[in-house]
Amino acid sequence: MLKDYKNKLLLGLAIAALLVTGFYMLYQIDMDIFFYQAPSRIRRILAIIIVGVAIAVSTVIFQTIVKNRILTPSIMGLDSVYVFIQTTIVFLAGVGSPLLLNSHLNYFLSLTLLTLFTLFVFRYLFRLTRNNIFILLLIGIILGTFFGNLSTFMQQLISPDDFLVLQNALFASFNAVNENLMVLTAVILVIMLIIVFMDFHSLDVLALGRDAAINLGVNYDRKVSQLLVIIAILVSVSTALVGPIMFLGLLVVNIAHELFKTYKHVYLLIGTSLISIIALIIGQMIVQFVFQNSVEISVIINLVGGVYFIYLMLRRGRK
Amino acid sequence: MAQKLFRLDVLIIILIILSIISMFIGVIPLSINEIFSLSEQQQNILANSRFPRTVSIIIAGASLAVSGLIMQQLTRNKFVSPTTAGTMDWAQLGILLGIISFPAINLFGRLAFALVLAMFGTLLFMQIITRIKLKDVIFVPLIGLMLGGVVSSIATFIALRTNSLQAISGWMHGSFSTVISGRYEILYISIPLLIIAVLFANQFTVAGMGEDFSKNLGMNYTRILYTGLFITAAITALVVVTVGMLPFLGLIIPNIVSMFKGDHLQKTIYPTAVLGAIFVMFCDILGRVLIYPYEISVGLMIAIFGSFIFLWMIYRRVKTNA
Amino acid sequence: MISVKGITKLYGDKKVVDDVSLSIAKGKITSLIGPNGAGKSTVLSMITRLLDNDSGDVLLEGENIFTQPNSELAKKISTLKQSNHLELKITVRELIAFGRYPYSKGRLTETDNALIDEAIRYMELGEFEDRFIDELSGGQRQRAYIAMTIAQDTEYIFLDEPLNNLDMKHSVQIMQILRRLVRERNKTIIIVIHDINFASCYSDNIVALKDGEVAVSGTKNEVIKKEILEDIYEMDINIECIMGHQICIYFDEHADATVDDFVKEQAQI
Repeated sequence: MLKDYKNKLLLGLAIAALLVTGFYMLYQIDMDIFFYQAPSRIRRILAIIIVGVAIAVSTVIFQTIVKNRILTPSIMGLDSVYVFIQTTIVFLAGVGSPLLLNSHLNYFLSLTLLTLFTLFVFRYLFRLTRNNIFILLLIGIILGTFFGNLSTFMQQLISPDDFLVLQNALFASFNAVNENLMVLTAVILVIMLIIVFMDFHSLDVLALGRDAAINLGVNYDRKVSQLLVIIAILVSVSTALVGPIMFLGLLVVNIAHELFKTYKHVYLLIGTSLISIIALIIGQMIVQFVFQNSVEISVIINLVGGVYFIYLMLRRGRK
Repeated sequence: MAQKLFRLDVLIIILIILSIISMFIGVIPLSINEIFSLSEQQQNILANSRFPRTVSIIIAGASLAVSGLIMQQLTRNKFVSPTTAGTMDWAQLGILLGIISFPAINLFGRLAFALVLAMFGTLLFMQIITRIKLKDVIFVPLIGLMLGGVVSSIATFIALRTNSLQAISGWMHGSFSTVISGRYEILYISIPLLIIAVLFANQFTVAGMGEDFSKNLGMNYTRILYTGLFITAAITALVVVTVGMLPFLGLIIPNIVSMFKGDHLQKTIYPTAVLGAIFVMFCDILGRVLIYPYEISVGLMIAIFGSFIFLWMIYRRVKTNA
Repeated sequence: MISVKGITKLYGDKKVVDDVSLSIAKGKITSLIGPNGAGKSTVLSMITRLLDNDSGDVLLEGENIFTQPNSELAKKISTLKQSNHLELKITVRELIAFGRYPYSKGRLTETDNALIDEAIRYMELGEFEDRFIDELSGGQRQRAYIAMTIAQDTEYIFLDEPLNNLDMKHSVQIMQILRRLVRERNKTIIIVIHDINFASCYSDNIVALKDGEVAVSGTKNEVIKKEILEDIYEMDINIECIMGHQICIYFDEHADATVDDFVKEQAQI
């Protein structure tokens, strides 16, 4: 009976995702420029699905490992590192540099550096801090602050015109996503998803904690470090593709928990992905139709996610 | 050796030496030999730029370090400070709101906005940390940092809408290069706040032990708590309004002092204040000479040294707790 | 049989467990006792491979446990640690079903479901089956966890302070269940326990640890002795035989206590 309810919920979310997609595709569609408008919207939808699923899956797994619903992989300074990479390019090579303008080059550079940073924080520091994930995140945030300050300093030294160009690169945007890169990201995403879903039952066991998981025969330490690599890759590809969206994961995973009230990862992974897609499409509609592209989607999502975060924190104690 | 270095008189002597150096470093040459034969321009520089700069460094450094100490006492958590509780971001948002609402707003107006939001942010943070179940010493500042992230994303939103992101990130980045007479005196308000902080120091420690504990000792818990929070919020707002964000200061200075001096507030509060001033002065001087005649902003210098000192602190903690 | 050979654990330079060797007999309850910081839980964690050891070996039926695949080991030994507060929304039945994970890897078969039903019956948890774990009382929750290890169906069961935070009634209930498991199903049970009288009344063998080393080990009658316990706990302990059990008396004795005082005390209790 309970299972039935959860399946219905998944179905409902899938329908809702289709509906918002349909609405986004058809709203204010102009038949004269249909052949320009439709492909551009389809491209955005695809980018949204890729990023939404990548962030949802990585956040769900991350929270299972850290056994905490507030922490997400994106708070550990990834956005600052991304800003730092882009700012350094402009500062050293100027706005005309192919590293900034050539989206392929920029993607690979960002992807490599972001993955390296995340892996460094996860793998090396995981050992150093003896699996204390809180300390790990704190170190990540501190490194983030450090990079953030370096970026701010460089941003002051570049000309206001250059800054405007840079600013566009700094915020997540689904408006100008390169098709080749999207395909590449999709391939990486699918590989990661296959690895995760091949053994999703062990995620349920991991949620019981280290001791219980080992007791039930899961190779905890190896499994966790494997999953951390997957998380690092997922977060990095989505950031390199469209830019950082810090509070998206927090927002959608918590909504999924509210709705499903389960520990079972089949529901959590799929449910969170659907919610994530819905949230991003709605965000994109607000950006495109309400603000006429004068605001970036990451700002909207961070605003909503941030306010939701404060609400969550204040509500926790009252239970 | 280190014990001796942290004696109050030694610290004060170091601060005085650094202050003198600070007075004589700058684009316009000024030598200590010429002190009695200064040209009018040189006198002008000394009185209107170098002196205000040095004084504001001392006040900002000392008061931020002390406000960090108070926050740590009140929350009984060594990783809490104006940076890690998001207070600085709230103050920044306040200033931004002030400027947006009243474009011609003066320094006092900005201060008022910054103060109200900093106070609100501090209270919100306290509310949250009394409500969360997990009082892990690292989890609490993580919450604060995330809260700060939320607030600064709101600020970014506003800045983007008004096309002023670069300008704002510019004057928010802590720097003393814009400190000249007529624009920093507001910082003097920190001095009476510091005196109150010293007078109340012991009570803050007791209040940190919790409501029941302080009531048991016959203290008005709520009043002490609010006094402490107000002082930290006000100091943070004052510093952010006059010189911008100085990250980590309130975090690392009290921790370094407590490593050598223990945790008794009466023994640590003065060294914390003086060391805070020394640290900022050191960073500022270094920022001025490294790429002379240009300047590296003190905010960046503090962030560089601060993050490494902080990481080292965490590392030490991990090692000893093993 | 499990034989532990010279296991050692270092935290920094400090040896928290120092060259501990012991053997655990089949079909018995063995209790690990000792003062705080004696290394009881650390020893238990190392025997059950939850914690890496710095030296020494643990042999299960003659085979080294550290070289065996984890998934196979999970069918032979199960462990219940003391910190079991989950914030998961998980029902009693779902929790018990996890006990079958080593066999089914999450895809439950008919046999698995039958064994889960049986574990629920055995622990008399039928009425709570669909309740969430965090809605149960301490005693019920502990029973649910034990039901999970029953479903796991291992020969060896390790429990780290199973009586923590339980009142007297529930403590006795849990200990009786453990005895029953030994009697009816020939399980081998190893527990870390603080209360020496519970250890004395319910176990067959006792291993006493002190400062990370084995102080004494033997049958309960060999260990529950005045000189031995006084040496381990560094306090005065008298032992009386009450209804066939060796009971340790460690109350402060008034120098001038009279029979009247005793009667009054009894009345208060």
